[in-house]
Amino acid sequence: MVKNLLITENLNLWFGEDHILKDISINIPEKKVNAIIGPSGCGKSTLLRCFNRMNDLSGARIKGNIVLGGKDIYKEKIDVYDLRMKVGMVFQKPNPFPKSIYENVAFGLKIKGIRNKNLINEKVEQSLKNVWLWDEVKDRLHKNAFDLSGGQQQRMCMARAFAVGPEILLLDEPTSALDPKSTNKIEELIVELKKKITILIVTHNIAQAGRISDFTTFLYLGKLIEFGKTEEIFTVPRDSRTEQYLTGKFG
Amino acid sequence: MKVREIKEFLGINILRSTIIISMVFLILFLLLIFIKGFSVLSLDFLLKAPKNGMTEGGIFPAIVGTFYLTMLSVIIAFPLGVLSAIFLVEFGKPKWFINIIRTAINTLAGVPSIVYGLFGLAVFVTLFNFKVSILSGALTLSILILPIIINSSEEAIKQVPYNFREAAYGLGASKRQVIIKIVIPAALPNILTGAILSVGRAAGETAPIMFTAATFFTRRLPKSIMNEVMAMPYHIYALMTEGSFPEKHVPIAYGTAIVLLMLVLGINLIAIIIRTKMRRNKKW
Amino acid sequence: MKDKMFKYITMLTAILSVVFLFGIIISIFTEGFSVFSKYGFFNFLFGTSWHPTHEPAEMGIFGLIVSSIVVTIGALIVALPLGVGSAIYLSEIANPKLREILKPFIELLASIPSVIYGLFGMAFLAPFIRKVFNLPIGLNAFSASIILGIMVIPIISSISEDAFSSVSKHLKEASYALGANKIETIFRVIFPSAKSGVLTGVLLGFGRAIGETMVVLMVAGGSTAMFKNIFQPVRPMTYAIAAEMGETVVGGMHYSALFGIAIILFIITFISNLLMQMIINKGSN
Repeated sequence: MVKNLLITENLNLWFGEDHILKDISINIPEKKVNAIIGPSGCGKSTLLRCFNRMNDLSGARIKGNIVLGGKDIYKEKIDVYDLRMKVGMVFQKPNPFPKSIYENVAFGLKIKGIRNKNLINEKVEQSLKNVWLWDEVKDRLHKNAFDLSGGQQQRMCMARAFAVGPEILLLDEPTSALDPKSTNKIEELIVELKKKITILIVTHNIAQAGRISDFTTFLYLGKLIEFGKTEEIFTVPRDSRTEQYLTGKFG
Repeated sequence: MKVREIKEFLGINILRSTIIISMVFLILFLLLIFIKGFSVLSLDFLLKAPKNGMTEGGIFPAIVGTFYLTMLSVIIAFPLGVLSAIFLVEFGKPKWFINIIRTAINTLAGVPSIVYGLFGLAVFVTLFNFKVSILSGALTLSILILPIIINSSEEAIKQVPYNFREAAYGLGASKRQVIIKIVIPAALPNILTGAILSVGRAAGETAPIMFTAATFFTRRLPKSIMNEVMAMPYHIYALMTEGSFPEKHVPIAYGTAIVLLMLVLGINLIAIIIRTKMRRNKKW
Repeated sequence: MKDKMFKYITMLTAILSVVFLFGIIISIFTEGFSVFSKYGFFNFLFGTSWHPTHEPAEMGIFGLIVSSIVVTIGALIVALPLGVGSAIYLSEIANPKLREILKPFIELLASIPSVIYGLFGMAFLAPFIRKVFNLPIGLNAFSASIILGIMVIPIISSISEDAFSSVSKHLKEASYALGANKIETIFRVIFPSAKSGVLTGVLLGFGRAIGETMVVLMVAGGSTAMFKNIFQPVRPMTYAIAAEMGETVVGGMHYSALFGIAIILFIITFISNLLMQMIINKGSN
């Protein structure tokens, strides 16, 4: 039985006059990998950023509901900072802070006001182990995070999001700036992580969506075209536009 | 074809001569100050007080006075400048409000230093009754260097890439936390470079402290910030214009000039070195 | 809560700049007001004799204004060709290694305190000028102009260099591709597109020169006689303020008149600053 963790109902979003997302209603199941695909400019990153209200920063206007664990994250009096801890995010380009690896991973905990050194140490280690980075960096935790390779940086960013104990991890094209080897590693990691956490991944790499996701959402020009199990969408798409996109006719 | 070549040859050489002439002027100027200055420089000159109506002895009180004035003015202006810059860059709304503040800052930057001196005289010395004192002088200087600190901090903060902020927001940080924990630490080296430059500026200014802080001669070192002080730039001026024994005063003026010059150039050199080092080591 | 507080604290500090500016304006206008009301603004501005300590005092600052303008123009005549010329040379002709060294060196020179230039002018240049031109006195408008000029060369050069080197490389390449040589490219392509940046540097140099106190105080000579020729001692506005303030009684008419001069000086630099901002804003649009 699949439980829905995140539900959107008639979600609309505007930047100024531009209508970016149109009437999107989807159910995101728990502890699965959910891919959001579609041609550039279809609004897939914007949709992802609705879930942790990152769009607030660029002044988006929203209509409709997004319900996370029974609570509307736009309507009810929720603390957006808490929300962003519950809904972690990893960005296109690895974006470590210009601090040590340790300080990077501990950042969210310190923001939360946690002072207990032992607890922080433990969480940092745990998070780095979660992303298979611990063995690679345990001897240089206090070195600058920029000394890591691109793939390691991205995994560290995932660990950084992990440290504050999120329920969902949003991945915005997390491998688009990485080489194939690092990409492989991150894909394996994602599949492993879904045992613990719900994952939403935006990708313009169709093959990647096929390899790692359980469910796929296809967006086109701000509209939801199709949502369903990845194997069904990839083998028997119901909409002709989905089929065209998957076969490389556009995008 | 011939005419074009002649024109090019002439043009390039005229331009070359402008830089040669400029450099000759400026280097001659520096050289003269260095040669004349070094001939009087000694440890006693740096560490002793003046004697015999300024005709002998050193400039220790003036060095100390300049140190106090400069440090106090930077201590006042630095936090104000950095916080202002944070507001301008991070909270830049509403637009008209920012424009007013920015215009005020740019105008302040262009106010002649003597006008700052008069302002300090009218407000700090007379109205607030701080008298001619380190406090009055440092307050005057701090307003003079405030625009420099604001502008350099603004540039420094703007250079911090957006994705640092985005990452911090994504982790649930509030705007204040993003600014204090991420933006300011990342911008700090550049902010400090600006602050160092403003130290150099404050140390060299004469007109703002003429009526607010400086005195030609005191044997004693200042006991509190309510005392008047000697200061190097004012000392040079006073020796050259008020001294009654030019043959003895001029060398001391050169000596003071070389100390002030090395201080200011040293400060600026440090800032330039930090900046180039930063650029080279920068990973973002 | 904490976040709101933080925002308001930064806002308050930012407003302080406006407060300081108004503080300066209000203080110089309050102190300078009585000279305007006693002598009349236009008599003060255009009166040609300045004898503030005579009985009765004569408070016309036109001569001081003219002296300020003379030494400032003199300084720009020295500094403009040398400053802009060196900037072009550095940015377009000099080899990169030389530029690497000279560019920070020039910035460094721009930071030298003006009192040291004043010392140089007083102790070295003025006696030299006196000998060469066989004058009764070396402290005069000519010497002051030269020292001021040398002082603003680094400022003008540093800002113009930024303007020249920010001209797009494509534009330069387009010109060379059409067969233009270096000088033709410089004067027909680079200079026109860097014009506003150069103008900004010139205005900044103008503001620095007309507002400069120590150099004129030490080198200009100080005569209150109306300007007739360049080798005569003059008393620019900043000279009068700095030299005479010590002799005045706080709140007296002479004191007020010196603040009146500061008002005029403030207005001149304010306008030049505003022009500069307009040019910069236009350039950024």
